[in-house]
Amino acid sequence: MPSARALRPEFVREQVQEHDFNVVNKPLGAWERIRDNAVARRLFILAVLACIWQGYASYLDNSLVLPTFSETMRTFLSRIANGELVLKSWVSIKVLLQGYMIGLVLALVLTILAMASRLGNDLLETLTAMLNPLPAIALLPLALIWLGLGDPSIIFVLVHAVMWPIALNTHSGFMGVSGTMRMVGRNYGLSGVRFVGKILIPAAFPSILSGLKIGWAFAWRTLIAAELVFGTSSGSGGLGWFIYENKNLLDIPAVFSGLFTVIIIGLLIENFVFRIIEQRTIRKWGMHS
Amino acid sequence: MEQAGTDEQPLLRVEGVTLQYKTREHLVTATYRVDFEVFPSDRFVLLGPSGCGKSTLLKAVGGYLNPVEGRIVLKGATVTKPGPDRVMVFQEFDQLLPWKTVKQNVMFALEASGRLSGPEAADRAMAYIEKVKLTRFADNYPHMLSGGMKQRVAIARGMAMEPDILLMDEPFAALDALTRRKMQDELLQLWEDTHFTVLFVTHSIPEAIRIGNRILLLSPHPGQVKAELNSDGTDPEDPDTNERLSERIHRMLFAEINSIEEPPIHA
Repeated sequence: MPSARALRPEFVREQVQEHDFNVVNKPLGAWERIRDNAVARRLFILAVLACIWQGYASYLDNSLVLPTFSETMRTFLSRIANGELVLKSWVSIKVLLQGYMIGLVLALVLTILAMASRLGNDLLETLTAMLNPLPAIALLPLALIWLGLGDPSIIFVLVHAVMWPIALNTHSGFMGVSGTMRMVGRNYGLSGVRFVGKILIPAAFPSILSGLKIGWAFAWRTLIAAELVFGTSSGSGGLGWFIYENKNLLDIPAVFSGLFTVIIIGLLIENFVFRIIEQRTIRKWGMHS
Repeated sequence: MEQAGTDEQPLLRVEGVTLQYKTREHLVTATYRVDFEVFPSDRFVLLGPSGCGKSTLLKAVGGYLNPVEGRIVLKGATVTKPGPDRVMVFQEFDQLLPWKTVKQNVMFALEASGRLSGPEAADRAMAYIEKVKLTRFADNYPHMLSGGMKQRVAIARGMAMEPDILLMDEPFAALDALTRRKMQDELLQLWEDTHFTVLFVTHSIPEAIRIGNRILLLSPHPGQVKAELNSDGTDPEDPDTNERLSERIHRMLFAEINSIEEPPIHA
């Protein structure tokens, strides 16, 4: 006996045309958009934190321990207006960039050496295993003996802070480049430096970028710490020195504005420089994980 | 030595090639003394079950692996390293460089190999992108494309090089069945246009019959030549044995395995 299933009629339908749909592209409301905006949400969190700070500091009413948010902002703005904070930040950033660049180049050389030979690979792995866990600031006393009081010592410490995380990440990025992509590169006749430049570096860019970010964070912390430890380096100190100096003067609102500047610069670099690099590279290429 | 009825020389000669590779614990023999010849405009298919070394053989023709015995000769010259005269199309989607657009991917191949540069490379790239019907997507990045489109870009990139021989390593294996079928048709269409020479690796018997005009059957562990057959793209019935080509191939590839595992059922 044929089952009821087989008796069902067949049918073919015409497709509904696009203009017959009711909703194709409906704009979202303003409130919905604000709630979907990560920047807006974070600004909200910052505003709440500032309110808590202001409230607690007003309650304490002791600007030697905790100045209010408004007082800190006033000091911050006046120190920026008279150019002091701008100058100190610039001194810090200049030293930082020198250390960062040298560290980056050394890391790349070391990584390319590691890719070129097995011995280079062992060298990189041994060195990073030994030196990466060593806090850069711990080398500062030695650096002072070797290089004297001044920028070279700080740069030495910064190079150490930057080099190992970047080398480690770049190396693991290179190792992770798929066999297929390597074969594609070799198929079109790429080898040596051209192979590294045209295949390995872009293919490993997500890892390299995260190495650059970690390196930046390490360098920034190390720099401020180094400036705090031995104060002025070459006549005009940086941000760390600004904090240290104002603590000695018991100008606590200025200490807070120094810390505030450190945070602001960190946020700016993270959210603008690195974010933009990320958007123009790995996000555009669909390589972020 | 000339083929009967033609004065063409083989384009590619594989002569007694034994291939071995090392794993962590073993030295594996992938193929043992494999011979075959590919003539210009051949659609030559290497067909066999997994473990027959067909992909390894293709990589050796690509120059990524040197034979321990025998040699591979392309246009009279022994193959020793990879080169742009033999372009590989892989199964994996990550053969496209994700940081380049479709057009840049094709141009990259032309420029890196020194074939063409600048506007000439761009023109050639666009011509081949049009052949695979992706002109609209020329400025898209690979991650925005479907699997089938990615493989079409890879094929366009390979063909734009106008290599002596195109080496395809199961290029449609990662696609869904409908897309795979469409891609096979498109590849044949492209072949109708330019009559390029292609060496195609697959483990699918229907695909081998559709794509190939000549099919080399390899038996596994290690890969050895089992037979070399002609195909006209259909699956004809042999009047003598009443057996279809696909059945014949299937029997040849799996007969031994079956006879070991289970006794034949029919008398």
